[in-house]
Amino acid sequence: MHLVLFIVFAGFCLAGALNLLLQSHPINSALSLVVVMSSLAVLYLLLGAEFLAAAQIIVYAGAIMVLFTFVVMLLNAGREERTLGSRAAKLLGFPAVTALLAVIATVILKAQGLGSVALSDPITTTEELSRVLFHELLLPFEVTSVLILIAILGAVALARAGDGERRVGK
Amino acid sequence: MIPISWYLLLSATLFCLGVVGFLIKRNLITIFMSIELMLNGVNLSFVAFAHQWHLVKGQIFVFFVMVVAAAEAAVGLAIIIAVFRARATLAVDRIDLMKL
Repeated sequence: MHLVLFIVFAGFCLAGALNLLLQSHPINSALSLVVVMSSLAVLYLLLGAEFLAAAQIIVYAGAIMVLFTFVVMLLNAGREERTLGSRAAKLLGFPAVTALLAVIATVILKAQGLGSVALSDPITTTEELSRVLFHELLLPFEVTSVLILIAILGAVALARAGDGERRVGK
Repeated sequence: MIPISWYLLLSATLFCLGVVGFLIKRNLITIFMSIELMLNGVNLSFVAFAHQWHLVKGQIFVFFVMVVAAAEAAVGLAIIIAVFRARATLAVDRIDLMKL
């Protein structure tokens, strides 16, 4: 059962990621990214992270991707132009990425003592997670709320920049 | 019952696909999506290792990565809108000057 679920959703994941690269219209790439993120949520559930699976759906597949599709539609982004990219990116980039993947795969496959995952494994409940988060890691948690606040202010300031220039011009 | 290394391999593959997308895509928004793909690949390995060592902190790290990704998406997309206002294009080949 676990094997079937893993193969199906890992397949969805890889297919979505490949589709993101192959599509030339940004909205198609955005929708395939939603597929990747939703199937990752199922993989998180298989690994026993129930809170993260829910957060992945709500934050990533929901909020962030809505933001992406909204911007694609707002800017009326069309098909990507097929230009010849930088030659260095093709000559050096792809061998480097392949080498990176090969190195990581070798390290993972040779690693000793990596366990296995079964459906009967205990899941991490939201209670355990929040106990650590609000006791030991309260300060980082509060700092992230400041980070979000700064991000909101920055986004508003950047998006209003054109407005301000016009006022200065008058 | 499957080995945890499969999850790690999937995570590495997702990360490398994100890097490839970053290199070959020519649209600003799609490049940004490739970055999100890389973040997701790394998150998967965090969760896999949290399961391996029965530690909750790995999952909390993923939570923080999500928060940072949300902030990054908000600011990044605002920057993309500002760039589009100034240049009226999203093709990175034409956004090659710091000056307006």
